[in-house]
Amino acid sequence: MSTIKLTVNGKAVSADVEDRTLLVHLLRENLNLTGTHVGCDTSQCGACVVHIDGRAVKSCTVLAGQAAGSNVTTIEGISKGDELHPMQLAFRDNHGLQCGYCTPGMIMSSIDIVHRHAGKLDEETVRQELEGNICRCTGYHNIVKAVLDAAGRMKVSQAAE
Amino acid sequence: MYETIYHRPSSVDEAVALFGKGSDSKYLAGGHTLIPVMKQRLAAPSDVIDLGKIKELIGIEASGDTLTIKAATTYFDIMQSADVKKSIPAIAYLTSVLGDPAVRYRGTIGGSIANNDPAADFPAALVSLGATVKTNKRSIAADDFFKGLFTTALEDGEIITQVSFPVPAKAGYEKMRHPASRFALTGVFVTKTKAGDVRVAATGASQNGVMRVPVIETALKANWSAGALDSVKVSDSGMLADIHGSAAYRANLVKVMAQRAVTAAG
Amino acid sequence: MGVEGIGASVVRKEDRRFITGKGRYVDDIKIVGLTHAHFIRSPHAHAKVKSIDTSAAKDMPGVVGILTGQQIVDDKVGNLICGWAITSKDGTGMKMGAWPAMAPETVRFVGQAVAVVIAETKNQAKDAAEAVVVNYEELPAAADIRAAIKQGAPQLHPEAPGNVIYDWTIGDEAATEAAFKAAANVVSLDITNNRLVPNAMEPRAAIGEYNEAEEHFTLYTTSQNPHVARLVLSAFYNIAPEHKLRVVAPDVGGGFGSKIFIYPEEMVALWASKKVGRPVKWTGDRTEAFLTDAHGRDHLTNAELALDANNKITGLRVKTYANLGAYMSLFSSSVPTYLYATLLSGQYNIPNIFAEVISVYTNTTPVDAYRGAGRPEASFVVERLLETAARQLKVDPAELRRKNFITQFPHQTPVIMAYDIGDFGASLDSAMKAIDYAGFPARKAKAKSEGKLRGIGLSCYIEACGIAPSKAVGSLGAGVGLWESAEVRVNPVGTIEILTGSHSHGQGHETTFCQLVAERLGVPISQVQIVHGDTDKVQFGMGTYGSRSAAVGLTAILKAMEKVEAKAKKIAAHALEASESDIVIENGEFKVTGTDKSIALPMVALAAYTAHNLPDGMEPGLKEGAFYDPTNFTFPAGAYICELEVDAATGKTSFVNFVAADDFGRLINPMIVEGQVHGGLAQGIGQALLEGAVYDSSGQLLTASFMDYAMPRADDLPSFKLNHTTTLCPGNPLGVKGCGEAGAIGASAAVINAITDAIGNNKLEMPATPDRVWHAIHG
Repeated sequence: MSTIKLTVNGKAVSADVEDRTLLVHLLRENLNLTGTHVGCDTSQCGACVVHIDGRAVKSCTVLAGQAAGSNVTTIEGISKGDELHPMQLAFRDNHGLQCGYCTPGMIMSSIDIVHRHAGKLDEETVRQELEGNICRCTGYHNIVKAVLDAAGRMKVSQAAE
Repeated sequence: MYETIYHRPSSVDEAVALFGKGSDSKYLAGGHTLIPVMKQRLAAPSDVIDLGKIKELIGIEASGDTLTIKAATTYFDIMQSADVKKSIPAIAYLTSVLGDPAVRYRGTIGGSIANNDPAADFPAALVSLGATVKTNKRSIAADDFFKGLFTTALEDGEIITQVSFPVPAKAGYEKMRHPASRFALTGVFVTKTKAGDVRVAATGASQNGVMRVPVIETALKANWSAGALDSVKVSDSGMLADIHGSAAYRANLVKVMAQRAVTAAG
Repeated sequence: MGVEGIGASVVRKEDRRFITGKGRYVDDIKIVGLTHAHFIRSPHAHAKVKSIDTSAAKDMPGVVGILTGQQIVDDKVGNLICGWAITSKDGTGMKMGAWPAMAPETVRFVGQAVAVVIAETKNQAKDAAEAVVVNYEELPAAADIRAAIKQGAPQLHPEAPGNVIYDWTIGDEAATEAAFKAAANVVSLDITNNRLVPNAMEPRAAIGEYNEAEEHFTLYTTSQNPHVARLVLSAFYNIAPEHKLRVVAPDVGGGFGSKIFIYPEEMVALWASKKVGRPVKWTGDRTEAFLTDAHGRDHLTNAELALDANNKITGLRVKTYANLGAYMSLFSSSVPTYLYATLLSGQYNIPNIFAEVISVYTNTTPVDAYRGAGRPEASFVVERLLETAARQLKVDPAELRRKNFITQFPHQTPVIMAYDIGDFGASLDSAMKAIDYAGFPARKAKAKSEGKLRGIGLSCYIEACGIAPSKAVGSLGAGVGLWESAEVRVNPVGTIEILTGSHSHGQGHETTFCQLVAERLGVPISQVQIVHGDTDKVQFGMGTYGSRSAAVGLTAILKAMEKVEAKAKKIAAHALEASESDIVIENGEFKVTGTDKSIALPMVALAAYTAHNLPDGMEPGLKEGAFYDPTNFTFPAGAYICELEVDAATGKTSFVNFVAADDFGRLINPMIVEGQVHGGLAQGIGQALLEGAVYDSSGQLLTASFMDYAMPRADDLPSFKLNHTTTLCPGNPLGVKGCGEAGAIGASAAVINAITDAIGNNKLEMPATPDRVWHAIHG
């Protein structure tokens, strides 16, 4: 057992967990942040993607201990109060989700994609960059649309800030 | 996953000492090889020694004829590095098609080569470029480092500290991705050294892991062009065969990917 | 149409909780005292369970209990059932082997559970499970259809000699034989319909909770049809009487058919919660999903088409072997029979059809309905045959189809189905225009000059949705009725709750069902709440599958709405001192037509509940229910065309264009309809190019994770171009047909037709991996 201290969605948190605990389980079981999901055992589906120190990673393949001292952001932490993140809005407006299970990971990965390709995203790039996120419902068509839409919205909201 | 003890040393020496104390210690860098295996209970290390935050293991240096990548440098940082793009752009490209974006943020060059998965990309780059693997104990030529499937020359507790690549005259990498795992179904790295030598290495093809492809090297030494391989026949003997690719198909891919890598290399 | 009424692309109401991480899936639920279950599963495809030694495991840290298959038998928990009886051509019933929830004696597929460990944490349950020693005696296995039916094959069940479950036929054999004898041309094709794994992104999960004081059970489960689950758990598995069992299916992360069935793990979680006296949670991992979720498809077929000298189809003869796996899953028997062979007429006028279907046991995971369920297999047979015929006869594949289209409706096919309406030519025209079919030869020539192999492939599918009517399906062997229920509650302040038996797990019911209310009453959808997925809240309903939610579920709501409106009009007329026949409903108000007199819905509702001034003899309240049993199936149909290029050096396929023209009747929410089509197309394309469950000869599943089973990723797929043509379904008042499965039904044949066109070799099996395509090109 170890005491893990880290910052999650801007709040300092601490949890006593077995060393074998994965970050995703720390989030779901100890912190009750159940928006981060587990969809596979092989680090492929991306339902568990969160941001560690600003980078979109698979929380099912990170030991809680590896994340100690880090800044973790989950799907629950990206809106500002009632004001949804532009990526959340774009997924809703473009019908980029159906059952919703892959959606948190999709949104967290997509925010990272837009950050890395600021101002120069096209459909092909979005499709390549979504390689690590599997959706069984949407055929990706509307997810791709949502990411491209959000890229525009995020540019506008950055410009406004 | 079995219970384990997690350690986060801050130096290579401390890591080695911790490793020795555990009854069955394992090093972890990005964790994208070890953790999935631990999750499946196929590995049960008593102690996990995290190398990912050891500063002396992170960084990229380019000096004239050599590109040096320290072992715990992530794929993402390699892919983004101006030094890598300038000195050996084929490595930047290889890294950009390795795994997926989330994996590239965590996976490291040291972790990749220490595992020596027969479908991993980096072993092909090391062998083709004639790289040298430096550990806390010694230097090992890439040709001597990889010893078949999931096996390397590393001794128990030995830590890879960096990989040094001689900057080539030309180099290129192309791969056909495995449709499910997205590892290399077959990938080929081609290098023309500054001395005019040609070295070609294929991954995902041989039953023995990364391999040199002499028949292609000979043809390219005579004529560095994709067309020079048109009449080359790569033998399918010893090639991997599974539901995603027969031995004959993989042998074909070795040639086709080599041709495309030569074109990419210019 | 109002801004939120029928036909409006309203953004989904349910999305907010999903995009903020506030969805509530089964694994998200925590209950005080919760324990965790881990199943011990057979590593062998076929073996006798000689002994199970739990002595070392039971004292390990955190272990609450270890339960075995023998205990479940001793407790008289019922064997799993199959709910559709199929009769063989010799008049005998189907040969069903016993399937206990955990195997006491014999395991028949890798992954079948033999025992369960229940512990304080999931890791403790797994740790202890490793200390349970199961002694197996391995038996020879039959891992595929061919191995199961050959002489001397290993026998799975004593009830089924030769591993044959039934040998069933449909159609007129003699007339079909005569048609082939008289044919000018015969086209023959051997087809493998590859086995698929549904892979909803949320793995199955269950929580069983027993309340001793109330003698009451609750099951939280990943189900598409919680009432059916309750019925089966009560009536057949004897776990709890219906009135003492609540089944809750909260947010469910996709189903695609795989979450229709009541699985052993759910039975065990519920049963075990009473045994150990604590709530028990089981959450499957992805490998368990691969091993235990019912798989789909897996047919071997020979199909022949007879044509006359004018290229008119005169006969179709099909023989199919269907692999049902090691046990008969809940609706498995119906999938390769009534959901498959009844669609073999496709969109074509085929006077004579005869089909024989032989379903067999193998030592593999049970096979049941997966998106499309029988109809993709039928569509693939018909559309591959049509394409093959066009090539053999050297005629344009579009023209051959057009020449044989059914154009008069209603149309009775020789295989039960009576198509009510359609315009197949319109869909084909629309798709051909969208892809510029006429310009294809020039594009192919240009590609060739650039060293690329370009191909085009058509698929004109028809499906039968909203499986019905109950009386008819009952006469064909179904163990359930296939209607749907609804209750409309207008609350005293005028907000509305709709209780529906249809479950939403991605389909958007919480939005589309509200749109019907908005359309009829003119109230904003924000004032309407859809309640589903909880047997304590909702009246008995049949659930969501077979693209039935709009045609059956929404029509049930309409029927209840009509009753509510009729009563509300009476109340309004009474209040306004007007004639009931003069009352019209507009913008949430009841108006006296031709006057400015009106009363708003909340006032009508309040009047209904205060009951101070109701018409004489009227009961208080404003709540009505309806059960709707359709009169026929609906028949969505359409045309898909795929254009692609093949890299001859690697066999890799790249899409150039994929167009769809579907006729779903009236669209309630076009945005959601298109989303359904996109997802279906991805699964159909996935089957054609990527997906395939593969067993080795010993019955080990080689594709048991995403490392080996290729799931479609974003970069495997194109953007789709969708079009709609419309013939309104005459069978239901909304004119809707259903859209949930079309893509998965029609897409595969279009892709394979396109690749085989590109490479000039018609012999190509699914999934058409680069390896297979390369071999097809180079021999």
